[in-house]
Amino acid sequence: MDAAILSGLNAERAARRAAILVTDTIDGHTRLVKKAEAAHDPLAEELARRFRSGRSGMLEDGRTFLTVSVPPAWLVMIGAVHISQALAPMARMAGLDATIIDPRTAFATPERFPDVELIAEWPEEVLKTRPLDAYTALAALTHDPKIDDVPLTAALEAGSFYVGALGSRKTHAGRIERLSGAGVGADALKRIHAPIGLDIGAASPAEIAVAVLAELIAALRKAPAGESGAA
Amino acid sequence: MEKLFEKDTLATAEAWRKEGREVALATVVETWGSAPRPVGSHLVIDGEGNFEGSVSGGCVEGAVVGEALEVIGAHQAKMLEFGVADETAWRVGLSCGGKIRVFVEPVE
Repeated sequence: MDAAILSGLNAERAARRAAILVTDTIDGHTRLVKKAEAAHDPLAEELARRFRSGRSGMLEDGRTFLTVSVPPAWLVMIGAVHISQALAPMARMAGLDATIIDPRTAFATPERFPDVELIAEWPEEVLKTRPLDAYTALAALTHDPKIDDVPLTAALEAGSFYVGALGSRKTHAGRIERLSGAGVGADALKRIHAPIGLDIGAASPAEIAVAVLAELIAALRKAPAGESGAA
Repeated sequence: MEKLFEKDTLATAEAWRKEGREVALATVVETWGSAPRPVGSHLVIDGEGNFEGSVSGGCVEGAVVGEALEVIGAHQAKMLEFGVADETAWRVGLSCGGKIRVFVEPVE
């Protein structure tokens, strides 16, 4: 492999962008396909599936190997609340990076959140240096529009793979009205999972955390409607 | 916060290359049975036989390093196969009874 290709791959990884190395294991030739350029590649369909599954592997031809590099999924929880106390360790167990953001210092204490990155600042400040991306899941859990609305909008704009918001249907109707009034498009708003979590009848904070984690894993791993054959 | 990732083998490969070392990269490309490391796992080897990463959790690293030195010398990539069926060929095997193919290529 050309050293420049390796450097190119590492640059994509450092920037939290997905890329795939396509290696011909017979003649040793390797090329790098960045995700942004993958749609025009001869292997476009296969590459799209690989970007979703994140799995490296040999193609059916028995000679072309794909080294798939996708950023680790990152769960951002807005709200240092009971649900995030349960959701943070579950998410890390499932292999996700996890961060909790809540400007309310009474909630965001290290004692309540011992093993997770906890940032006691306003989300709009945090997101300036830690932008959301396509490999981010955002769970808005505060019930407070002043805290939740900005990161929700940011996640929709960034194309984050999962965007969920806590609150009843009535609360969500109000949210839709606010965000719509702030210029967020109708299609984007449909991407918000609300009420948050799979409908498993979850009652306690820990049960809601399970429902949220399951819903975001489905969003990460399952092909969208119309695409089949994902690994 | 400490992350749960393994050490970054690809970053090491690039760093070693920039130091002027000769470098080969080994990648698990196929597995059968209970192989210890998943497809896509890397081992990086330099011309002195130093290595970092893992393709088998220790079972065949020694053999891969030996082959990698040849790959570096010959500037030619090579496919290796390890497993219970290939004991006579390689004299090393996977204790768990699995089988793996490892692609070794020079980085230059």
